[in-house]
Amino acid sequence: MRRTTARFATLVIAVQLFAAFPAATAAADDDPFAEARADMVRAVAETTEETAEWLGKTALAPKVMEAMGRVPRHLFVPPDLEDMGYLNRPLPIGYGQTISQPYIVALMTDLLEPEPGDVAFELGTGSSYQAAVLAELVAEVYTVEIVPPLAESAAERLETLGYDNVTVRAGDGYFGWPEHAPFDIIVVTAAASHVPPPLIAQLKPGGRMVIPVGSPFLTQHLLLVEKREDGSVTSRQILPVIFVPLTGGH
Amino acid sequence: MAGEGAQAPSRPGVFIAVALLSAGVLGYEILLARLLAIVHWHHFAYMIIAVALLGFGAAGSLVAVLQGPLLRHFRWTFGGAALGFGAGAPLAFALAQSLPFNALEIAWDRAQPAWLFALYLVLSLPFLSAALALALAFRANAARAGALYRMDLMGAGLGALGMVFLLDALPLADALRVVGVVGAASGGIVLLWGRARRLAQGGAVLAIAAGLALPAALPEHWLRPHPSPYKGLSLALTAPDARIVAERHGPLGWLAAVESPAVPFRHAPGLSLLAPAGPPEQIGLFTDGGAPSAITPADADLRYLEAETAALPYHLVERPRVLVLGAGGGAEVLRALHHHARAVDAVELNPDVLALVREVVAGTAGAGWEEEDVETHVADARSFAARSTERWDLIQIALVDSFSAAAAGVHALDESLLYTVEALGEFIDRLAPGGVLAVTRWLKLPPRDSLKLLWTARRALEARGVADPASRLAMIRGWKTTTLVVGARPFGDVAIARLRAFAAAYAFDLVWHAGLGESDANRHNRLAEPEFYRGAAAILGLDPEGFAARYKFALRSATDDRPFFFHSLKWATLPELLALRAQGGLPLVEWGFVILVATLVQGAIAAAILILLPLLALRTQRSTDTPAPARWRVVLFFASLGLAFLFIEIAFMQRFAVFLGHPLYAIAVVLAGLLVFAGLGAGAIDRLARLAGRWPPITLAAAGIVVGGGAYIGLLPWVFEAAQGWPVSARIAVALALLGPIGFLLGMPFPLGLKALGARAPALVPWAWGINACASVVSASLATFIALHVGFTPVLGCALVLYALAAAVTPWRVRR
Repeated sequence: MRRTTARFATLVIAVQLFAAFPAATAAADDDPFAEARADMVRAVAETTEETAEWLGKTALAPKVMEAMGRVPRHLFVPPDLEDMGYLNRPLPIGYGQTISQPYIVALMTDLLEPEPGDVAFELGTGSSYQAAVLAELVAEVYTVEIVPPLAESAAERLETLGYDNVTVRAGDGYFGWPEHAPFDIIVVTAAASHVPPPLIAQLKPGGRMVIPVGSPFLTQHLLLVEKREDGSVTSRQILPVIFVPLTGGH
Repeated sequence: MAGEGAQAPSRPGVFIAVALLSAGVLGYEILLARLLAIVHWHHFAYMIIAVALLGFGAAGSLVAVLQGPLLRHFRWTFGGAALGFGAGAPLAFALAQSLPFNALEIAWDRAQPAWLFALYLVLSLPFLSAALALALAFRANAARAGALYRMDLMGAGLGALGMVFLLDALPLADALRVVGVVGAASGGIVLLWGRARRLAQGGAVLAIAAGLALPAALPEHWLRPHPSPYKGLSLALTAPDARIVAERHGPLGWLAAVESPAVPFRHAPGLSLLAPAGPPEQIGLFTDGGAPSAITPADADLRYLEAETAALPYHLVERPRVLVLGAGGGAEVLRALHHHARAVDAVELNPDVLALVREVVAGTAGAGWEEEDVETHVADARSFAARSTERWDLIQIALVDSFSAAAAGVHALDESLLYTVEALGEFIDRLAPGGVLAVTRWLKLPPRDSLKLLWTARRALEARGVADPASRLAMIRGWKTTTLVVGARPFGDVAIARLRAFAAAYAFDLVWHAGLGESDANRHNRLAEPEFYRGAAAILGLDPEGFAARYKFALRSATDDRPFFFHSLKWATLPELLALRAQGGLPLVEWGFVILVATLVQGAIAAAILILLPLLALRTQRSTDTPAPARWRVVLFFASLGLAFLFIEIAFMQRFAVFLGHPLYAIAVVLAGLLVFAGLGAGAIDRLARLAGRWPPITLAAAGIVVGGGAYIGLLPWVFEAAQGWPVSARIAVALALLGPIGFLLGMPFPLGLKALGARAPALVPWAWGINACASVVSASLATFIALHVGFTPVLGCALVLYALAAAVTPWRVRR
């Protein structure tokens, strides 16, 4: 019963996309969601400021925040949730998947330190919001989604929005995308029990990989994997929250 | 009004119908817990059922207010209500699972609490319906309260027992149909008993036929549980061509094996970032739609098993004889074989797991591990170790629960008898000289259960007279798992060098070994601060208490009396975490604990309303009640009994679980046993009254319970230790012999009170019955709450105090 509902929801998204996009692009100047989006970016900035001590910086990279301010997140959520599209919270997108909380997306993107010439790989396209944010900042994004209908709707959505530097594929992303490897940036959003060794192999020396660890609506922490120039691999575990476990500590 | 009790219809059929209905209700409770654990998560299942059971309290209030008309048409009201339960039980579940409640979204979405409330409401209806019939039966037969309560309790006991067997024999949907038919049969007996007008008789027959046919006619997919789309099984099935290739239903859970040819399943928790290769294509194994693990073909490339933290002990012992606790899909068994274990014993609690693995392996090209090198044992890890006289070089506790459940803290209130001071001690006792106990757990940030595990192991070693436990402990961590090793003797330089070499080779971090310095910790999987090392050094240092007091999570070692290994939330930390919601603080909240508190608060508020509301209506009838007991006495008496009975039941289930060696025995023997014995006791209250002479029988019964219960607190550990090694049938016999006398006494106070009340103020009987029901509902979560904070022995102590209190306020101390 649930699966039918989810499928129906996706169908509705697809129909909605056709209906909504011409309007959205035509009315770019007086985008009714512009204010909501600006509020979302402000909320992310405030949250970052609150966690400054923990993250070791008072703000995320300006270009990341600008990208967050450009991507129309409301078009990446199911149409019935459009009004909630800019809330700083995760939302369901069907098939048991979610679109991440904007703060987490911003934090992950910032940790990846994207550069204009970078090539990125993403395992787990989902709503394709993360891919779109990355596409604003890097040269190419290759993204793989297990669930074919999600991959299809993501490809359509990105095309309509003009993200022609993103390539979506449906299938198994465990072995990366050897034709386009190595990658400067890798994001693994599909919940995984481990980091697929082929992805570590396809990470360029000096490259960075980010993995959110947790369950669908609760990101427990972020795993940042770095490959040094000499090929050695280290990781950092970053709690997205200032939380010092010892009272009077830190 | 008062005279109505005397004229109330009393038919022999009612007694049988009450037994059937009670059996149906208790069976439904157990079944719902299973069904909702599949649809949602088990902790939500308990909360939903606990609140829905308040339908019992509501029925008491309803009958208290409307007893006149309801009693006049007793045959129809009882029969209709029982039929309503029969039809409602399957229908309510079907409706409940179609509601869009998403437990994971509850902290984010304002609509979710409303859906949760709708769930409560829907599922409370069958309980309300059944309870209407029961409350009416007690109101109509207060003079024979003992005999009626006997049927009620014995029915409940047999219902619990029957459901354990049904869950083994039938798919869940069919078990639900059986509950429906039992309900309809109960109603049918009352409707057809005795003479009635022909037209009425015809109507009754039609209603019964419909009641019996409905559960059978309901479509399968309404009644089969559909897991939440966010659970592992649902997610796995979103891959193209993924399908369930084998499944097993049993009282311990629903197991499903998933093959996913297009996007193969690969499970290797916490694999090193330096692993040369990942796991081969596997078959996914899901329990209750979640808790993913995997079945790995034994002839595949298994080198990935060398690159997980759990491989550490194989660098400390050579060609070991291995005991795997938690065989599951077989990862630890394969790891042992891959590392050239001399022999492997694999213990698995759930026989269905072994059968399913065998079936899946037979159905695929992959080879199995079952046949030659491995001896499997269906047993609980604790009782296997306690009864064994053998020794192993390596005892490996497998990581069988799921990460997301651990991460979200939903295990917080699972009692785990695997990770307690006593359990680790028993495992250490089974180590050969130079042997190693290894425990792998999910890594949580900030460090919580890994530190708790260290403290638990320290206490276990200290209890064995080890002067320097820190030298026998070592721990490493990857980015997702930690592995603790406990040595039968101190780890020497060679062992430490090997441990360090293994950790360095796979970029695992050192959390603890004797002589480790801070500069060596936190190098590969870096945290902002070396929190694991500092925590470990403090826990194994001179002042663990001082450190724990300053730590924002509870780290105190788990014991059999407080077996809440997964619980680490401190009250004081909760507001801080909730305030950090937007910044990602929510995952640090332990949802199991929050839900327990929520259940308790919701239950207490609803119970208070349900108890107080009928007083408004009952007040007007006061003048007709000749000399009625004070109402506060009625409340205290029946609430105390409701709380205390469940306290004892829960504390005993906990106490006997290790001894009996299987959680199902705890239900079948302790729950069913106590209920049946209590039923026998209830049936003997008239005899007790005769024997008691001038003594109030209630005082005698309560005194017996207090003295007997007190003796049990002291005696049980001693008896358990003496009989632990006996075969299971002998242990069940011992358990029944212990439960018999106290169970017998436990059944007496409630019907004694009800009977006395019925003689003086019959109109108060349904109200009193409702008070008892409300208190029982609150009791379950209250018992867990108390145990969490001070342990199960105090829960038992509280129960005894409550029985004494009940005796002191007996409602027939008449108000003049």
